[in-house]
Amino acid sequence: MQTEVKPRPNQLGIVGWFWGGNYKIERYLYILHRVTGVGLILFAMFHLFETTVMRNQGESVWEMTMRFLANPIFEIGLILVGFAFVIHMLNGARLIIQELGYLLGRPKRPVYPYSDAIRRKRGITMIFMAVIIVLMVVFVLNRFIGGAV
Amino acid sequence: MPDKETSVTFKVQRFDPEKDKQPRMQEFIVPTRRGMTILDALLYIKENLDGTLAFRTSCRMGICGSCGMYINNYPRLACHTQIAELESAVVTVKPLPNSPIIKDLAVDLQPMFDKHKSIKPYIVQENKTEESNLTHEYVQKPEEVEEYEQFSYCIKCGICVAACPTSASDAKFLGPQALGQAYRYCADSRDAGSAERLTITESNHGAWRCHLAGACSEACPKGVDPGLAIQLLKNKMAKQALAGPQKNKKVAIYPEPKEIKPRVAVPPFTAK
Repeated sequence: MQTEVKPRPNQLGIVGWFWGGNYKIERYLYILHRVTGVGLILFAMFHLFETTVMRNQGESVWEMTMRFLANPIFEIGLILVGFAFVIHMLNGARLIIQELGYLLGRPKRPVYPYSDAIRRKRGITMIFMAVIIVLMVVFVLNRFIGGAV
Repeated sequence: MPDKETSVTFKVQRFDPEKDKQPRMQEFIVPTRRGMTILDALLYIKENLDGTLAFRTSCRMGICGSCGMYINNYPRLACHTQIAELESAVVTVKPLPNSPIIKDLAVDLQPMFDKHKSIKPYIVQENKTEESNLTHEYVQKPEEVEEYEQFSYCIKCGICVAACPTSASDAKFLGPQALGQAYRYCADSRDAGSAERLTITESNHGAWRCHLAGACSEACPKGVDPGLAIQLLKNKMAKQALAGPQKNKKVAIYPEPKEIKPRVAVPPFTAK
């Protein structure tokens, strides 16, 4: 009797969000957007815990928390949170605009060599990226020079 | 880069559901020549090195969409990819991700076809009798054709689904192929089925699950740009959500001819 052989599942799963092949910049911005999103959620939870639970424990606990947080690891973490905020906000703005069908142009006859709308409008992505980098530099300068910028 | 006749190592993923528990990689040395494609190499392996290698192919010219494979970590048509363009002495060939493996490099595209069918990939008419038995000719301007023409070149090869990160983790996601085709028909001036089609595409596993990674459009071997189609579909969905259910537009029909002119006869000196 012949037994039925089922096809083997081949979903990449969550790994597929991070590595799906040799793609171009927009595919990596997708990864960056997810990573920064998760990072910001984790930070928000940590920050809420710090400013509610720890703050309500009284002055001594709050002072102890502040001393615990005053170290280079959390300082670097805060800079990364700032970077994540800038990237997620501006790349998110680009995504909202383009996902609603704007700034992508109209369909075009596929004539070889093919180009897709996202690559044709890469200039717009680059403008957003440039603003992100400028804001990151401003954030770092502001952090280290202490309000000089 | 193999310009003259050189040898290239092919690492091919093998999986026999009747024997293997896990896929494994097998190496083949293939003599290559200028202009040789990945499909040519696979046919060489099948004819000369291992006749049990399973893969799907048909037209050999990028039209049928049968030979979609994951070649050097990128989904491509095997018949449309020359070995030389990969600029690599080692070529890895795996089945397309996000579609179940039947055997070796042959994947089951049935889930994609089922999703494609679910979005009503045909011209929907208000008059259902007219839908299957046309009695009129449609009127369509060239600019109306341009709205959907690019998306009508889809060959259903499954490469966009393999490239899509959402399809990687959500098996129920309609996928770039089906969503792209949903827009293709919604954008067709002859179609009157946008409202019912958009109900399907706005489901939990529909168009809003796309987050514009752009990989589908980048990988598409026919320049169909499903990524653009999905974003334009979202635009349609957002407008419908804001303006309420859209009434189906009247399909333009070519007017009945008032008189039928007799066909001009063939000049007698041309007829033998």
